[in-house]
Amino acid sequence: MKAIDLFLSPLSAAGRWLGAVLLVVLLLLPYWGSSYVMTVATTVFYLALVGQSWNLMLGFAGLLSIGHALFVGVGAYASAYLFSAIGLPPAIGVVPAVALAVLIGLLIGYLGFRFAIGGVYFALLTIAFAEFVRIVVDHVPWLGATEGFFLKVSAADRHGIDLANLRGAPEMYYYLIMALALGALVLCRYLLRSRLGYYWQAIRDDPEAAEALGINLLRYRMYAVAISSGMAGVAGVFYAFYQNSLFPEIVFNIERSIEATLGSIVGGVGTLFGPIFGTFILTPLGEFVTEGIDLLKHWRVIDPETKLDGLKLLVWSFIVVLIVLFKPTGLWPWVCHRLRLTRPGAEG
Amino acid sequence: MKSRMTSAVSRRTLLAGVGASALAASVPLRHGLAASKIKVGILLPRSGPQAQIGIDCQRGADVAPEVLGAMGYPEMEYILGDTETKVDVARAQAEKLIDAGAHVIVGAFDSGQTMAAAQVCEQKNIPLVVNIAAVTKLTELGYKWVFRNFPTGPMIVGDAFKNQKTLFAESGATPKSVALLHVNDTFGTSLSGALMALTPKFKMPYKIVEKIPYDPYGRDFSAEVRKVKAAKPEALWAVSRLNDAIAITKELVRQRVDLMGILSTGPGWYEDPYLQATGKYGDDVISLVPWVDYKKEMARRMRDAYRKKFPGRSITSNQGYTFDAVLIVADAFKRAGSTKNTDLQAALRTTDITNNTTIGEGIRFNEKGQVPHVPCGAVQNRDGKQLVVLPKFAAVAEPIWPMRPWRER
Amino acid sequence: MDPWTLANAVVSGLLIGLVYGLSALGLSVIFGVIRIVNFAHGEIMVVGMFFALLMFRWLGLDPLLSVPLAAAAMFGFGYVLQLIVVSRVSHLPEHMQFLLLAAIAIMIVSALLLVFGPDAQGVHVGYAWDSVAFGELIVDYPKMFAAVAAIVVAALLLAFFKYTTTGKAIRACADNRMGAQVVGLNVGQLYALTFGIGAACLGAAGAIILLLFEVHPYLAPGYTLLAFVIVIVGGLGSLFGALVGGILIGVSEALAAVLFQPSMKSAFSFALLILVLLLRPQGLLGKAVR
Repeated sequence: MKAIDLFLSPLSAAGRWLGAVLLVVLLLLPYWGSSYVMTVATTVFYLALVGQSWNLMLGFAGLLSIGHALFVGVGAYASAYLFSAIGLPPAIGVVPAVALAVLIGLLIGYLGFRFAIGGVYFALLTIAFAEFVRIVVDHVPWLGATEGFFLKVSAADRHGIDLANLRGAPEMYYYLIMALALGALVLCRYLLRSRLGYYWQAIRDDPEAAEALGINLLRYRMYAVAISSGMAGVAGVFYAFYQNSLFPEIVFNIERSIEATLGSIVGGVGTLFGPIFGTFILTPLGEFVTEGIDLLKHWRVIDPETKLDGLKLLVWSFIVVLIVLFKPTGLWPWVCHRLRLTRPGAEG
Repeated sequence: MKSRMTSAVSRRTLLAGVGASALAASVPLRHGLAASKIKVGILLPRSGPQAQIGIDCQRGADVAPEVLGAMGYPEMEYILGDTETKVDVARAQAEKLIDAGAHVIVGAFDSGQTMAAAQVCEQKNIPLVVNIAAVTKLTELGYKWVFRNFPTGPMIVGDAFKNQKTLFAESGATPKSVALLHVNDTFGTSLSGALMALTPKFKMPYKIVEKIPYDPYGRDFSAEVRKVKAAKPEALWAVSRLNDAIAITKELVRQRVDLMGILSTGPGWYEDPYLQATGKYGDDVISLVPWVDYKKEMARRMRDAYRKKFPGRSITSNQGYTFDAVLIVADAFKRAGSTKNTDLQAALRTTDITNNTTIGEGIRFNEKGQVPHVPCGAVQNRDGKQLVVLPKFAAVAEPIWPMRPWRER
Repeated sequence: MDPWTLANAVVSGLLIGLVYGLSALGLSVIFGVIRIVNFAHGEIMVVGMFFALLMFRWLGLDPLLSVPLAAAAMFGFGYVLQLIVVSRVSHLPEHMQFLLLAAIAIMIVSALLLVFGPDAQGVHVGYAWDSVAFGELIVDYPKMFAAVAAIVVAALLLAFFKYTTTGKAIRACADNRMGAQVVGLNVGQLYALTFGIGAACLGAAGAIILLLFEVHPYLAPGYTLLAFVIVIVGGLGSLFGALVGGILIGVSEALAAVLFQPSMKSAFSFALLILVLLLRPQGLLGKAVR
């Protein structure tokens, strides 16, 4: 229970109460929500997991990745391929899949350090790798190439719980991704409080001083890169078995990488709850906008016959712009402060 | 009969109070089954890169209630879902439509998005009537709730071969060599794969001398067309989308690649923006695709309503097959007399429509939910109009083959 | 491979590369001075394309004639964007700037979809289908004119930075922001001018590209990625490098298409980008110090 203690320590009483209520609401979601809400919630937790992973790379290793779709995609394709080709259940397949994602993460991270490619240049390097892999997978017939890689699903697979093979009812996927996202949160919290975490913070705050103290910058940064890409690989395994179809055009698309950053940045980079909070704001926000537009049509403020495809994204992205302009450190620290969810001095 | 576009979720949820929980926003009410109107979820890519085609499909659905209502079909209510051209959004939107009370879903144009919607419909036991999607797998997975009145890739290719043979025999001009230029995306690869596999089986009189896959995001096609030119084929077979079709045509003219003809299987070469962009140079291209048959009464009714509603916009397979999908739903609902899913499913299985809008004998599903043979036509661009030239029973004009050289236009 | 095919590929790649280079110049100017990577690059250029389309529809203007108009319009757009929006994030970390511009990009695409619809649209000019042949080497007029226009615009821009007082002030700003402030330059104003000039480049490039390709709202991301590749290869912040990078990418893509498989051609560009980042991260013509 030490992990839970660690997890709760920064929260104030109000924060704990709110957290507990939210947790209960979310745990009971399959009982009160429709299947659509479940799908949205599953997506939210999935994005929160990828966001947490992205956050780790930027927050702990100082590397801005805009190619996170690569790690997710590698995990997805590897586990799906192993399952289809040799029947390896994803519960085991996750190991080689994550190993491959970590390997690629380490390669890119190493190249970045080795050649002192930082900031924007590193971001462009990650984009280039992701795009390169996308085009390569487009041409690999045994991965389905552009025609897509499909996992077999039978009618019986859509019921019950088979965690080893990641086959079962939507509720199973929901609880699994919830557990993974919260697990990632606990892991990050634990890491931050560990020796490793202090080294990371030292490196982040002043790399030169940290190096002078004998901290091996490369090694500790590579740890962060490995954990981040591995976490994204796990998300990829989930994605593959949740979607059951993989297309390079979709999996490795730069839009996926941008999605991974959105929740974290809006929630607050470098904060623990930021990624999960930001995703919980952004995804339903799109729904609100859609419904708001429908409501205006219903009230005849807008002619119901007009087709307004694109308006949703216009409003949504405008709100994102406003958040960047007016809450540049992210929404989570602000909300924490406003609602006194954390104890004074504690980091969210 | 009129169709009302509503989102059943919206009012309730917003009025129910925004604050409770972000997720509560989307809680639907379960709709009663004994409704007098059928709610049809229309799931299409109306934004994102496929928006142009998605909106064209939507136009086909938009004229259906009026046309069918005048013919005594029961009233329908549409609920619209936009996939944003993304597979995962397609999945979520399918869920949303069903939660909003859709008794049946029509969609979703793209193979990947349709596959995602099919998974949801199977899980929820809600019929999915596919308007357009060529991926063979869709009706080979044992799905019980998926119904498709659209040809698979191999069907399209097989019919293309048949129509070509007729075309060559009647005109007396047979190409000995063909270059295949295809877009390297889901549709392009599967179609070109079927084409390469079936060419020997159909004993075609020509050889495929060069197979050139190109980048779906390509901008400049001069190198690709140069490659075609270097292979010196007598005819070109293209599998494209819209923008690449326009760019390829421009390059063919500028690089002075004269051919016996251009044969296309797939979108692009017959669409309005293509005809506008290429003008006289777009003429004579033959698309071997599923198409509308104006010799059928239903097609003429659709055309009349369509011209009033969307003047200046032509009807292609996008509108035709989406209209037919709505027709299939209306017909099943009329016979079932109920919106209950199993009743609708049973009615869909016994569908037997002969008066539809597209080429072929009519719509009857086999045990897999697939119409066993959905014939394609040969559609030639002539003076900016798309005219059916083959098969004979649907033809409205004689084909021009070989096509007129670029410089003589 | 027959040499004429190669020659055709090289010439065509060279011409189109110059146009790509002009567009990449817009990215490079902005980064070189304001140190912001414009993730809405392609989107702003597509706005320029639609602007030229309207000029053609309303006034019957050949896109080449609307180059100055498109440049002026986009200059205004860029100037205002920097002054009231982007300037607010210049002190923020890179990921915030990235998100802001990525969100603006989505706004632009959505607005274009609402206004212009999803169809591909283009212009009809008299010479659109014409080409000139030198033996087996065939060069088409639109591409030739586009390349010449790109060279003219790029030359004007380089001259502006080299010879005008404002141009020199902007360069001073790029080299040493603090110093520029000390000597009394209005940095905020100069930054807005710079973003305006970068956007003007995109407006000009957009009008020129409309001569070659149809425009639709979803065109943009491809051009953004393309510009990233070009400026990294040429050297982010180096103006001349952007042009060289454009030519290099144009030619290498054309060659990859004829020698290998056209569907793989952008993989070559990205591989080139990765190589350059690793071996010469400042780009081929960039300054060694970053």
